Amino acid sequence: MKDQFVVPARLRTTSFVLMAIGLLTFVIGLFAADTTLFWAGLLQNSAFFTLVVLASTFFIAATTLAQGGWQMSFRRVMEAISMAVPVLAIIMVIVIGFLVIGHKTGVYAWTDANMVAHDEVLKSKSAFLSTGFVMTATVIILGLWSFFTIRLRKMSIQEDGWDLKPETGKRILWRGTVWCGGFMVVYVLSVGSTTPWIWLMNIDPHWFSTMYSWYTFVSSFVSGIALITLFVVYLKKQGYLPFVTQEHLHDLGKFLFAFSIFWTYLWFSQYMLIWYANIPDETVYFVPRVRGEWRPIFFLNLLINFVTPFLILMKRDSKRNYTTVVFMCIVIITGHWIDFWQMVMPGSVHHLHFPIFELGIGAGFIGLIIYLVSTNLTKAPLTVKNHPYLKESILHHT
Amino acid sequence: MAVKKFVVGSFGDEAVLFPAVKKVRTAGYKIHDIYTPFPVHGLDHAMGLRETSLHTAGFVYGITGTTTALSFMSWVFNVDWPLNIGGKPHFPLPAFIPITFELTVLFAAVGMVMTFCYLCQLMPGVKKHIFNPRQTDDKFVMVIEVTNRTKEEELKSYLSGVGAEDINTQVAEAGWWYGRFDQEENLLELDPAAPVKA
Repeated sequence: MKDQFVVPARLRTTSFVLMAIGLLTFVIGLFAADTTLFWAGLLQNSAFFTLVVLASTFFIAATTLAQGGWQMSFRRVMEAISMAVPVLAIIMVIVIGFLVIGHKTGVYAWTDANMVAHDEVLKSKSAFLSTGFVMTATVIILGLWSFFTIRLRKMSIQEDGWDLKPETGKRILWRGTVWCGGFMVVYVLSVGSTTPWIWLMNIDPHWFSTMYSWYTFVSSFVSGIALITLFVVYLKKQGYLPFVTQEHLHDLGKFLFAFSIFWTYLWFSQYMLIWYANIPDETVYFVPRVRGEWRPIFFLNLLINFVTPFLILMKRDSKRNYTTVVFMCIVIITGHWIDFWQMVMPGSVHHLHFPIFELGIGAGFIGLIIYLVSTNLTKAPLTVKNHPYLKESILHHT
Repeated sequence: MAVKKFVVGSFGDEAVLFPAVKKVRTAGYKIHDIYTPFPVHGLDHAMGLRETSLHTAGFVYGITGTTTALSFMSWVFNVDWPLNIGGKPHFPLPAFIPITFELTVLFAAVGMVMTFCYLCQLMPGVKKHIFNPRQTDDKFVMVIEVTNRTKEEELKSYLSGVGAEDINTQVAEAGWWYGRFDQEENLLELDPAAPVKA
């Protein structure tokens, strides 16, 4: 049984090449790109990829709290992905720091004191839309995410060294529940409410939507599941993860399918209420997207993220087919990357453009994630040893 | 609606049943059905039943619901009774979506339940022959059809060889009928092709 991951040279090279592309784009962008585009691209990519890797921690926490057992045979993969959170969190803090402190990047309109002084709406929001609040909240939230992620990973590795006894099993379950419960509170209060507001919704400072955070959360969660699936299938094809079967792939496919539909539900709910009420304060967000030049992107978004997964993943056979699922994972990650793109760009850069700079930075982030995940996969055996639910995962049958 | 002859064997344990199903199928006997006290995981695969097409039916019902909702609302608001509601267009697609969604779900759900009942021959008053009363209690009852090429005695000894107990032959109505259980006797008598009771 191959239980110790060794990073293949090809994967390592790929990650370095992608990181080099990202770094090159960054350097070129620093001198050549428009300042607003440069920072908006960085914000979009760092926010998207941070939330996507964080979805792994969320998935661990949610399945632990729900007493789920089926995911146990590939839990180490999710842990390895989640270990990218602390690194991406540092990048995120730097990006947000540059955006809100001192620099007039043009991404957040509210950082312009002159504009706020002449705007009653922004003046009334000034406690929320202030450098101090945004920076404090960002640092605290990212700190807590990193803390819980590292803690859960450490616990899981530590448990491998324990003796296999009923008491040990009970202890693993109990402390898993406690720590995952703690993380869940933090996660719901951050990704479920404030974080998307202070990072992304603030780009359009006059506009607000209570649906926005859940919309962002689902976007990142379904992409996170796609990322987990891609790594699981990659390892499986390399001959690792002997306990992962088509049954686990089927369940991951169900998650992709279900949460693509849930994303559409929130996409539509947010749109319909604003369309129906037709209040200028609220429609300001949708005017450039639905009536303006972003119209094709807005509907392309729906086509990629809803129609494609809905029609392709509906059949049982396609959820059990490795090729189809991998294809759909790539489509979904691309689709939600475009979703984040159209959330950030119309409010900051305004004009529609081909996202060549954003794609370059995105490649850098993908390279970084591949590098971090593959490194973390080597640090522990690929199957947890003593977890009481491991057998359930081995016998799993949908 | 046909009266047929069956050889019935009971099993006390799932662990005996599964290899027995495999052996009986390999030997070429025609399994009519297996009655179990609870749903047995994987038994459908072991029996070689084909995948259900209930989900395809569900998809068709769903599409029907979508079409019904959209076309009816469009007809009402554009042709039959056009009204100006808050200055909205006469074909306000976003406002139609919730109702379309609900009708899709309703058609798919109700249609699938009815199809399921039809496929499983479930309805109030529908009766079927009970091969062994303990099939709802603690026995797994395997029913094998006796065709004109089946050697009955050979089959019986084969069944006891794979672990079946309480083996007997029954002539019974293979399908369902509507009414009371004692009507089965009449059904058997009415059928002139029915073989003599063993």
